[in-house]
Amino acid sequence: MSWMILGTAPYEDFPLVESACRLQNGALIIDGHKIGVARGTPALLATACLAAEVMGIEGPQTLLVGDIGDGKGSAKLYSRLLDKIADDLPEVLVFHYLQPDLNYSLKISMGLEELPRKPLLVADAGYMYVAKMSGLANVYDLFTPDIGELAFLADEKAPHPFYTRGFLLQDEAEAPELVKKAYKHQNAARYLLVKGRKDLVADETGIIDEISEPCVENMEPVGGTGDSLTGLVSSLIASGFTIDKAASVAARANRYMGFLANPTPAFSIAECLKFLPEALERVVDNK
Amino acid sequence: MMSLLRKFYHGLRGIADPSGNVTKSGVCDRGIILFDHTSDVIKAEEILKAAGVDVCVKGPPPEVRTGCDMAVEFPLVCELQVNQLLEQNRIKPIRILPLQDLLLQPVSLFNTKDYGDYLMVRAANMKITVDKSDLRIVNISGGGCPDVPYLADRLVGRTLFEAPEPRSMGKTLCGYALQLAYEELKKQCHG
Repeated sequence: MSWMILGTAPYEDFPLVESACRLQNGALIIDGHKIGVARGTPALLATACLAAEVMGIEGPQTLLVGDIGDGKGSAKLYSRLLDKIADDLPEVLVFHYLQPDLNYSLKISMGLEELPRKPLLVADAGYMYVAKMSGLANVYDLFTPDIGELAFLADEKAPHPFYTRGFLLQDEAEAPELVKKAYKHQNAARYLLVKGRKDLVADETGIIDEISEPCVENMEPVGGTGDSLTGLVSSLIASGFTIDKAASVAARANRYMGFLANPTPAFSIAECLKFLPEALERVVDNK
Repeated sequence: MMSLLRKFYHGLRGIADPSGNVTKSGVCDRGIILFDHTSDVIKAEEILKAAGVDVCVKGPPPEVRTGCDMAVEFPLVCELQVNQLLEQNRIKPIRILPLQDLLLQPVSLFNTKDYGDYLMVRAANMKITVDKSDLRIVNISGGGCPDVPYLADRLVGRTLFEAPEPRSMGKTLCGYALQLAYEELKKQCHG
């Protein structure tokens, strides 16, 4: 399937680019620009490139722009996407670190919903926040929250995870209840892949898979390990896996990557990604 | 047809936010700044507008009307940037609140995890980890707003006491959560 990753790079002056991307000596090459892989959308893109190679599929297209939190870059990207909706969109769209902007999100969600063949829609990070806020979460096919973000999806009043009520009272044991609440208030996508000590795959019927092995405690502090999981699940969907199967396999592969990397809490995602091809091959062979 | 029905449904169930956005869930993405004096409202509006923040002046909701009869409304996600701009210009608001529900509070509880040689503190959706031996920031994870990777690039590798405060460069609510985690970690590392 054709697929596109939409997100931001942490540079103020990085222009809006629409291009294929590739990894070269640990750096991303996009439309002639070289980007380091530390966390955020570059980490997702690096994972996607590596996983595409393992799966033998074409790598992702990307719509990428610089944004350091003022939303200016994100606004350019949203505007470009609105223009593209009328064109031929890829079959899978992956939304990532973007400034939550309710006005744009409403237009995009409604525009996508009106298409005769809506692409498969994956949302994580800032775009997932605003997709929930818009009340149109159910237009999307997969959200990839961590347990705190699941509490945000479950809280029908919270406009951002920063304002989630009872946030730290929601431990992982309460995940099934939070999943139920998120679906009850229509604040969840068709599927959820919840990242945590135990990764969970859920839909409106509840938890449909739990992945807890191998458990690598030191993965939690490493920035970018959630981005790698989103990159993995997106590449598996683009390879033709069903969303629920892709979520389960991706969660296992991300854990195996951690197991093989054996990180300290000071590791970078770039150090972990060296082990991703082996981890993904191992999990896909055993699926 | 489905989309027309959906738009109609939005009209019935949703609320219009002050920018005219309508959300089925009724979640509003705007915040409100309350001031003691009208002169502060005018000055704040001017400064925030000049910085490119989408603001407008409105009457405050009756339940929070404590100062003057004007308030500044802004996109809630920019709360950290707004706070910084007001502070830099010595304008002290009475309160900043989410319009969605005036009783909503920012997270105020922290979660600390000890990894032996490393210590991690989480505030809301943001986590920051230091090496206990030299208090060097070794990782920042979580969050979803675009200033998080930018802040992480500037903080990781520096010690907790030499790194710039996240609020000096961050702009969003994720940046704000990181500031809270950073302050808590500093407090814990000071003993």
